[in-house]
Amino acid sequence: MSADLGRILQRAQDLSCGQDAVRDKVVARLYQEAESLAREVVLTEKPARDWDSTIDDILTSKRYGYPSMLALLALVLWLTISGANMPSQLLARFLFAVEGWLSSLFLLLRAPDWLHGLLILGVYRCLAWVVSVMLPPMAIFFPLFTLLEDLGYLPRVAFNLDAFFQKAGAHGKQALTMSMGFGCNAAGVIACRIIESPRERLIAILTNNFVPCNGRFPTLIAMSNIFLGAAALNGGSILAVLLVAGLVVGGIAITLVVSRLLSSTLLKGIPSHFALELPPYRPPQVLQVIVRSVFDRTLFVLWRAVKVAAPAGAVAWALANIYVDGLSLLSHAAGFFEPLGRAMGLDGVILLAFILGLPANEIVIPIILMSYLSAGAMLELEGLPALRELLLANGWTWVTALNMMLFSLLHFPCGTTLLTIHKETQSWKWTALAALIPTAIGVALCFLAAQGARLVGLF
Amino acid sequence: MKGQPLQPLLRFGIEDADSPVVALAGNPNTGKTTIFNALTGLNQHTGNWPGKTVVQARGKYCYGGQEVILVDLPGTYSLLANSVEEQIARDFIYFGRPDATIVVADATCLERNLNLLLQVVEITPLVILCINLIDEARRKLIKIDFARLAERLGIPVVPASARTGEGLELLKKTVQDMISGKLKPSPKPIIYDGEVEGALHQILPEIKGILGDDATSRWLALRLLEGDETVLEGIQHYLLTDPPARLEEVFV
Amino acid sequence: MLLSQLPVGKTGEVVAITCSGLVRRRLLDLGLVPGTKIRTLRQSPGGDPLAFNIRGAVIALRLDTASHVKIRSLD
Repeated sequence: MSADLGRILQRAQDLSCGQDAVRDKVVARLYQEAESLAREVVLTEKPARDWDSTIDDILTSKRYGYPSMLALLALVLWLTISGANMPSQLLARFLFAVEGWLSSLFLLLRAPDWLHGLLILGVYRCLAWVVSVMLPPMAIFFPLFTLLEDLGYLPRVAFNLDAFFQKAGAHGKQALTMSMGFGCNAAGVIACRIIESPRERLIAILTNNFVPCNGRFPTLIAMSNIFLGAAALNGGSILAVLLVAGLVVGGIAITLVVSRLLSSTLLKGIPSHFALELPPYRPPQVLQVIVRSVFDRTLFVLWRAVKVAAPAGAVAWALANIYVDGLSLLSHAAGFFEPLGRAMGLDGVILLAFILGLPANEIVIPIILMSYLSAGAMLELEGLPALRELLLANGWTWVTALNMMLFSLLHFPCGTTLLTIHKETQSWKWTALAALIPTAIGVALCFLAAQGARLVGLF
Repeated sequence: MKGQPLQPLLRFGIEDADSPVVALAGNPNTGKTTIFNALTGLNQHTGNWPGKTVVQARGKYCYGGQEVILVDLPGTYSLLANSVEEQIARDFIYFGRPDATIVVADATCLERNLNLLLQVVEITPLVILCINLIDEARRKLIKIDFARLAERLGIPVVPASARTGEGLELLKKTVQDMISGKLKPSPKPIIYDGEVEGALHQILPEIKGILGDDATSRWLALRLLEGDETVLEGIQHYLLTDPPARLEEVFV
Repeated sequence: MLLSQLPVGKTGEVVAITCSGLVRRRLLDLGLVPGTKIRTLRQSPGGDPLAFNIRGAVIALRLDTASHVKIRSLD
């Protein structure tokens, strides 16, 4: 049977005298037919005003192309940061009021201290932090991002940025997969399937983590808000926006640099062919976008965070409350990381939190807070000002906050993303590299920033 | 090959093929996914195409008491198997033998979309052309003579706007009519130039000798003339392996 | 003249695709068959790629890719 088919293929090849010739004729004939059909049935009365090209004249122009991209990025971040502040505080106030009631209930039931600690101070508090810190920015950021996506803006980003990616030896669609990474790096890594050349796909996968995903955006936003937004009254949130926008741009720059390095060392090769459609702008269906982004993205990511935060909260509490040799396990571990943390302008607790936060970036801040809280005096934690007090009390300066943001942007991808990378590359080597590269860069940059700040006497 | 059991569908990860299966094809950016969502609602399921890292979306809807399985194919400009997506879309239409295939086209960019449609029609006559985004076309003052197009193509043409829901009832009804056999499309084959047709003329009898007289042998012959070996791989994979015993009778 | 040299706003007609293999098939699939009219719409602010109107759709091609398409100017 298959021998028969093989024989026919052989015969076909003899008949067709050069396969490109037949393919050319077939494709040309089909397009010719399509053209004549369209000419016969499509009537365009007069060319209507072409809004698409008017919009593109601005958004992809030499003069306004890049400024408009930056402006849009800043606008989205500003809406997210300034819009999330208030609901975040309300949520925190409410959830911590609930904590009070729950504690009273445990007291009433004469529950043992450790149970109260594990469930309320551990699990519940970690959940409360994740929800109050993450939900509001996500509920604003995701719909905005989906709106831009629906409008058809992302291909324009790829169009504008392609020259850089080309110089970095990467595929033009990497700009698209990078944009997806803002939502979720695991999703961004899966999106890399649209890049066919294995070399360029690997570059895109290995560098996807350099844009902050939604698990890390709240960290960046909270940090810049705490140390810039809340600090200065007016113009503070503008500064906070600029700082986060600067970090995003920095992340993109690092993406390009690392892509370039990879394509000239481990993943040598020439950029493959690239065609990208710039589809017409479509007015998005706002209501549907909101519903879809809240359900598909916000709640999905939140649920994932909650699933991880609950056990992480319990583990963190246990570590902070199990004592060995007069010190809690947490203090032992934090002490172990303290020298490295200090050298990086952070501290042992922060580094430990990043490691414990491997399952999901969302829980890094909650773990830090819980560690500080369990070690020191109890504070009423109502929103960002109280948070700021707690961090200052634990020796933070703005350099700590800055390095915290840097390391949040530049460290190993979360567990889900790493597993996704392994699934997509089928290789532990590339997965390890995907963790190693950003971590090495993060450690180096934090170290430089800390030493630099020390030199000028700020830390 | 007509009338044989639908085993190949299993190879595409579709186990519940008791209901009619309808494929949804189309260029990227034509609102194909919007149509898919509008037809199936929340009744959908996503996974991967077996052995491929391409997402397969499947859904169900009911029309007139009849359950229909809708399979969303990857959005492609062509079916000439230059990429994994194109190969999946082509293989599903050719080997999966859906009971109908809806090709979604963008009303504002019809010519480009007709190219894909013509390729699908070469594989199977059971095609419905759904021209989406007609609201957009109206705004751009583009008028389309749908009746004339249907007549020229020899297949049903349904204008629609998936965002507003316009035309979706008619689409479901047309699918129903095609599944039940009430609607028998009769597309005219595209005639190529003398050289290609001459080669086709020589090779067609040999293919028919092996695969039987089938409307799709012309399409297969064209692919072989192009030197497209992925089609042979497909035949091996979808038709000859598992379960070989039953299919052997049909072929040999 | 090569497609990569067609200035923004100008129209040309495809004469031939000068490469072979996958890139050739991809370009054909986009509708770049001989005789096709093509117009350069815009250039990326980064200089590369160029966006063309190909059979009603806006398609961006890198200069490197566009240089595989031989055209003649219609203006």
